[in-house]
Amino acid sequence: MAADSSGRGYDISQWYDSKPVKIGWLAMLGIGVFWVLYQRAFGYSHGLDSMTPEFESVWMGLWRFNILANAAFFAVTIGWLWVTRDRNLANLDHKLELKRYFYWMGWLVCYIWGVYYAGSYTLEQDAAWHQVIIRDTSFTASHIVAFYGTFPLYITCGVASYLYAQTRLPLYSQATSFPLVAAVVGPMMILPNVGLNEWGHAFWFVDELFSAPLHWGFVTLGWCGLFGAAGGVAAQIVSRMSNLADVIWNNAPKSILDPFPSQVATGQKTGY
Amino acid sequence: MFRTDEIIKASKLPPEGVAMSRHIDYIYFIPILFVTIIGTFHMHFDLLAGDWDFWIDWKDRQWWPIVTPITAITFCAALQYYNWVNYRQPFGATICILALLAGKWVTIWAAWWWWSNYPYNFVMPSTLLPSAIVLDVVLLLTRNWTITAVIGAWLFAALFYPTNWAIFAYSHTPVVIDGTLLSWADYMGFAYVRTGTPEYIRMIEVGSLRTFGGHSTMISSFFAAFASSLMYILWWQFGKFFCTSYFYLTDDRQKTTKVYDVFAYATLAHADKTKTSGGKA
Repeated sequence: MAADSSGRGYDISQWYDSKPVKIGWLAMLGIGVFWVLYQRAFGYSHGLDSMTPEFESVWMGLWRFNILANAAFFAVTIGWLWVTRDRNLANLDHKLELKRYFYWMGWLVCYIWGVYYAGSYTLEQDAAWHQVIIRDTSFTASHIVAFYGTFPLYITCGVASYLYAQTRLPLYSQATSFPLVAAVVGPMMILPNVGLNEWGHAFWFVDELFSAPLHWGFVTLGWCGLFGAAGGVAAQIVSRMSNLADVIWNNAPKSILDPFPSQVATGQKTGY
Repeated sequence: MFRTDEIIKASKLPPEGVAMSRHIDYIYFIPILFVTIIGTFHMHFDLLAGDWDFWIDWKDRQWWPIVTPITAITFCAALQYYNWVNYRQPFGATICILALLAGKWVTIWAAWWWWSNYPYNFVMPSTLLPSAIVLDVVLLLTRNWTITAVIGAWLFAALFYPTNWAIFAYSHTPVVIDGTLLSWADYMGFAYVRTGTPEYIRMIEVGSLRTFGGHSTMISSFFAAFASSLMYILWWQFGKFFCTSYFYLTDDRQKTTKVYDVFAYATLAHADKTKTSGGKA
């Protein structure tokens, strides 16, 4: 066993690397701080009347930036994950699989931070901003950040989390995890639900009663997040990493790393 | 209380394996679990009970004590299922409310005050922390979710109004403005313009018998306790559903089979051999 220079007696880099999650989370934090400062700087000066030229340049400019930046982020991220996929998962080293689970949790950290922006901060911030402006557009200073900034951002991170698992982790390359699909697709559908929300507010109910039934689509789709961190995905991660630890350090049989053969005849599984 | 050292010792892992296990804890509990609860629970709570939580003049005797606990006990029950059944951790409700308050207060500072310029006391949220602690303690002491649904959930709602009284009682004191008797809460509501929440959509104390011998609040809390018990039962089952851990497996003949990750099911206490036998999707 190779020892590292820290005096631990083992090499942590074989199964753990926190640099990507730190970079990813700081990037997420940075864009969030940028949005909040932008709103504070230009909300009152350029964001009160959507019919003015300065609104078109300052706020719709931010909207265009959000759309283009998110589209580019999606294309680059998903493209990179797909192009660099592991085509030999059958021979994956167990410690490397552990390391990939930590990388995957890093993806989930970024995804969930985006969900926090969307479901917590910008959601209630939208309530606050609606109390100081007259709603004359679906593209308010708060909506441009919430719906068209944070929503696509966490959707990309969610899809990337799914794709990372599917292309780099044996369990998810063999089969489709229902809780993982629910944890990604449920919150993803919140963006299409914006269509219902804006239609309702434009033609039916212009006021901002937060508990109105018009908003309950967001609520039910948001529940799906619990399939991830407080449900099946977490159980799958914990049990898999526990089994890997038993195989690596407790000489447990490798058969415990294949949960499916007792339920499906051997040879029927298809690799990804 | 948590006996984690004993548990880790029982796993017979070497120091390297223990370190790996601890790294899972570092990444999972705060960055993943806690932040997920903030993002999802805050959305759920705001869009079902937010109006009563946003404004001090919405904190009435009829709807506020009903809507708030019924809405909040949902995630508390689901997280209690997840934390208690899987890990025997008795703080599912408390972590939920802490997460909700964390999300609320970041927004209150940065959005309500810093951006929209409302004073803190006008938009200050209620607290459910005492209620959540009692709910967790009942589950810990009884180790029985049915009793928790009856006693704990009942206390969760019944304690809501009295534990918030110290925070908001001042706003119910009278003040005379231009010859009209108002409460301080109403006065603040009239003084601060709310373009998105005009007076005509305010929902407070509309019952014809709302004075009811001066017992309005007790009646509201009593009903909230009953409804919270039912909601707890429902959301405990939701918690079980969220812990579903099955896969869809497609074989070479494109036949899709629903299969359970038996090891994840072993992690979950409700492992059921009849379910792990698999079935057609």
